[in-house]
Amino acid sequence: MGQVQHSKPKLLWLQSITCNGNTHSFLNHPDIFSVFSGFEVVHHPVLESEYTFHDLAALKIPCDILILEGSFIEKGLTKNGVEVSKMITHYGNEASHIITAGTCATFGGIFKQKDPEQISGFCFDIEQQTERYEKFASKLISLPGCPIHPRWLAYVLMMLSQGKKIAIDRLHRPVELYGYTVHTGCTRNEYFEWKVDTKGYGLKEGCLFYEQGCQGPYTRGSCNKILWNDTSSKTRIGTPCFGCTEPQYPKDRLFVTRTNMGIPATMPLGIPRRAYLTLTGVVKSFKIKRFSQRLLEYDQ
Amino acid sequence: MNSVDKKALKRESIIQTALQLFSTNGFHKTTIPDIASKLGMSVGNLYNYFSSKDLLAQEIIRYTSEVLGEKIREVNMLDVSAEEKIHKIVEIYFSMAKEKPEMIEYFLRVYLSNREVFSDGCEGMVCVSGFITEIMIFFDDAVSSGELRNQDFFSAFGLFMGYLGGMVFLKGEGVLPKDIAYYIDDISRNIYYALKA
Repeated sequence: MGQVQHSKPKLLWLQSITCNGNTHSFLNHPDIFSVFSGFEVVHHPVLESEYTFHDLAALKIPCDILILEGSFIEKGLTKNGVEVSKMITHYGNEASHIITAGTCATFGGIFKQKDPEQISGFCFDIEQQTERYEKFASKLISLPGCPIHPRWLAYVLMMLSQGKKIAIDRLHRPVELYGYTVHTGCTRNEYFEWKVDTKGYGLKEGCLFYEQGCQGPYTRGSCNKILWNDTSSKTRIGTPCFGCTEPQYPKDRLFVTRTNMGIPATMPLGIPRRAYLTLTGVVKSFKIKRFSQRLLEYDQ
Repeated sequence: MNSVDKKALKRESIIQTALQLFSTNGFHKTTIPDIASKLGMSVGNLYNYFSSKDLLAQEIIRYTSEVLGEKIREVNMLDVSAEEKIHKIVEIYFSMAKEKPEMIEYFLRVYLSNREVFSDGCEGMVCVSGFITEIMIFFDDAVSSGELRNQDFFSAFGLFMGYLGGMVFLKGEGVLPKDIAYYIDDISRNIYYALKA
């Protein structure tokens, strides 16, 4: 038996300093309206909703679930003459769950670069807890990503609409989504294991870790498990992972793997350097014929 | 001592004896009966430990690499500058060449000169990874601390280890006019100046 209309949780999508990327990304969910049907969408930045932005700025809207998009700044960003931080705090107090959608809202992200002292995520400034953390931690769910994967947000919303508990890590990310690295499920894994680097951009063959700056082995996210557009992922099609879900995102020189005398400056997540280098030295000593060949001979 | 420990001890004494004989008389001129007789054990029993001379040779390079790697690992753990670490590594290498010449001689005169013995089982860095890994860690630390210049691993490795290997080779040939320890300071400084940022 379905829930009656008025008992649905009220969902409010609020934007701070943002490029709209997460809003747009979620529009790609094939069943977006089915996901939203579990809620009463009281305000959304681009979809028709019950209340206007005027109502929102006047702090008049009821709110159970707050989706926060964009980096946080305490003072200086006003909409309709109201500080956005004031709206966030107000609705944050009202809500029973707060979802920071995207790396900006979660850790500060790209917009933090503009004013690193003043701009941060809502409850985290990179990895440090902000002064708001204590107050909102009990209801906080972090969904970093630039942008968020539509299915990650849908997972959280559906779990919430069914009253289920979501297991989270120390940065409040759902373990089900961020317990993996982006490396998990990458179709280039065999090349990584045998240290065969790609020979150029866009090739199906070779690993992107050494030559193209791929951050998959130390970036948390399930991009290669829950595919984008249900079809593929960056690394599968030959673009390195930029580490967009990580607190430190964005790093500079995205297409470059930083090395010290050829040794990667960052080790795969949780792997001791001595163990990694020993293994690397051994596998590099072997030439596996299959990995030196093209998968498809296009010329024939 | 239990039988497992006894066996391990025997194994190590075979490695050390074979290392001595291979380094002094050459790999091909040394036979399994030579090694067994020096140890006072039967040829049959020696084969219980190593089923062929090639496998014994491979085990020796793994063993020497581990011993040297362990010493460099201790240097890597020290909270001192890259310049001091270079000095310590050179010191370790040259004192090993002096006190246990067979270890370095084995590397230069057996491992590098009889590649066919090592081609199946000791490809590339497989048997020397204990040592190479520690050198990699030394370089990685020294570059990330800004003390050494970032470059390709092998251009730095060749300069460092090629230099040391060359000096020990000259010592082995008996052409060095002075004791090898005499060269430690200058060579350490040369390596540091060549690699520093």
